[in-house]
Amino acid sequence: MNDKLHLDKAHLLEQLKQMLRIRLFEEKCAELYAQEKIRGFLHLYIGEEAVGVMAALSPEDNIVATYREHGHALARGLSMQSVMAEMYGRTNGCSKGRGGSMHLFDKKQHFYGGNAIVGGGLPLATGLAMANKQLKKSAIAVCFFGEGAVAEGEFHEVMNLAVLWQLPILFICENNGYAMGTALALSESETNIAKKAHSYGMPAWQVDGMNVVNVEAATTKAVQYVRSHQQPYFLECQTYRFRGHSSFDGQLYRDKAEIEQWKKHGPVKQLKHWLIQNHQLSDNDFNRIESQIKQEIIEAINFAEQGQWEPVEDLCKDVYSPATPKINTKAEQGGLA
Amino acid sequence: MKVQTNSSEKMTYREALRAGIEQCLNDDERTFLMGEDVGRYGGCYGVSKGLFEHYGAERIIDTPLCESGFVGVGIGAALGGMRPIVEVMTVNFSLLAMDQIVNSAATLRHMSGGQLNVPVVIRMACGAGLQLAAQHSHSWENLYAHIPGLKVLSPATHNDARYMLSQAIQDPDPVLIFEHVMLLNNQGEVFNAPDADMEKAVVRKQGTDITLITYGGSLPKVLMAACALEALNINVEVVDLRCLRPLDNHTILASVKKTHRAIIIDEGWKTGSLAGEISAIIMEQAFWYLDAPVQRVCTQEVPIPYPSHLEQAALPQVEQIIRCATILFAGEQ
Repeated sequence: MNDKLHLDKAHLLEQLKQMLRIRLFEEKCAELYAQEKIRGFLHLYIGEEAVGVMAALSPEDNIVATYREHGHALARGLSMQSVMAEMYGRTNGCSKGRGGSMHLFDKKQHFYGGNAIVGGGLPLATGLAMANKQLKKSAIAVCFFGEGAVAEGEFHEVMNLAVLWQLPILFICENNGYAMGTALALSESETNIAKKAHSYGMPAWQVDGMNVVNVEAATTKAVQYVRSHQQPYFLECQTYRFRGHSSFDGQLYRDKAEIEQWKKHGPVKQLKHWLIQNHQLSDNDFNRIESQIKQEIIEAINFAEQGQWEPVEDLCKDVYSPATPKINTKAEQGGLA
Repeated sequence: MKVQTNSSEKMTYREALRAGIEQCLNDDERTFLMGEDVGRYGGCYGVSKGLFEHYGAERIIDTPLCESGFVGVGIGAALGGMRPIVEVMTVNFSLLAMDQIVNSAATLRHMSGGQLNVPVVIRMACGAGLQLAAQHSHSWENLYAHIPGLKVLSPATHNDARYMLSQAIQDPDPVLIFEHVMLLNNQGEVFNAPDADMEKAVVRKQGTDITLITYGGSLPKVLMAACALEALNINVEVVDLRCLRPLDNHTILASVKKTHRAIIIDEGWKTGSLAGEISAIIMEQAFWYLDAPVQRVCTQEVPIPYPSHLEQAALPQVEQIIRCATILFAGEQ
């Protein structure tokens, strides 16, 4: 554990709780998917929880995430109920049911999705950073993306723009080793992603993404830098997804032994073990936290199941904004033939 | 009733565009212009010449050559509360930014259940006629007009070049503006107010015999053809679409119901063209008013060639429009 951070028991228990919320929520989603309550694509964050908990960010900061974003949404403060209802496609979902699993949004929480095009969120987040800078806001933009995005042209375009224009943005690469089924070494000539970002002229570090305290220490430092310098910063969090890419993944591309190896130091297991060893957590405490979360999940499912289906008459709603401003035209001035 | 105060001023289409950009920059501090060579160079086609010196580097932003990156940044800045004008140097390069335009700008409002909106304007030069060959002569208006969530404008007159941008920048949704390169140097009149709401088609010439429907760079050709047809005692009506998405069906259909004949003149390739879409709308909603089949004058099915005589042969021409109208009208006599 990193001793540079002042972390008390309450905070560490909170971190454990947040990770466990994501873990148990995702496990339930897998069950609900099998029951066909949730449809479409489902990308689970199990194994990567330590990266997404966001303890170092302020509520005003703008978050852009990927299609594997349930964890980020929950950590950001979207209610579990609204996230679950979105997966159910109901109008009480956080995107009124229009987005589903890959498109969770919440403007009030500054949570800008939920982008299902690999690399697509990078320019958006950079634009949000530009707006924050021009409007002289203290908020920064934070962009989560997978290591697969690093092969996209947009990644390099945006690394360049962010440094060139000195934009307040934190890039967090969730390097889980596989772009769908293609291992990093099979898709990148240089597998050190932080090194790539560093070559564009910004501070960039690799972090143990399985250790929530290390992630928090690194992001705290990064966020302070971005806020005070108004410049970009890059973290490559090395992590691992314990489940398949989506629900349709036979996982032919990796060994079961590799998965087991990573599971041994999974983020939840690691923190739980450390807290128990250091007499900060008893089995009873853990069971109590777990049952609280299970209750929250039950309530989320009830909320989702009680949600309404949007009437088909409203199908074409929200394609355009409702009203456009009226312009004083030549015709109105009596001048048009 | 207001007193008519439509004094007019002569200027080039390029100057009208520039005056429109200046108005937007003056009216709203959240507006900035961003694109390749828009600043120090003055714009590839000289549209933004002098703006950098006047407004400075924070509001007239030269970008690197990364269309997807800077168009996406413009979309993100719009999400964050700015009112960006993004210039894509030409429509040809917009294909490199199409992911951001189609997958982000057009979808974010809908995907978020109406929580977000993207008040960005993306301008681009378009069209053929400068002997720039197959990669620099495209008319992709139709590609973008296909996409729900986008609005697509095609200013064909100097007054529209002057005012459509200021209408677009006040729109809460993403608007694309196509500026035809063959119009840039033409002199024309600019009045002190827009011709109409940006989403309305405008009848540029009243007539009774045939409706000629067009937009953008083809409008001057159509008006020339209309003049020539007048001499042949064929009185055509000219509808300038102005907005290609959403289409102003009402104006199209009202004209066709009056004239009972229609020709659509469109610089896009005929197959899968906007002209095809408009033809289908007329067929669906005004079939029983028609005295003759709807005709299309479009670009030939070939990548635009370099030599002038071949390029001109590929594009819709005044003579073709006249011939098409004459045959269509004669069929009825």
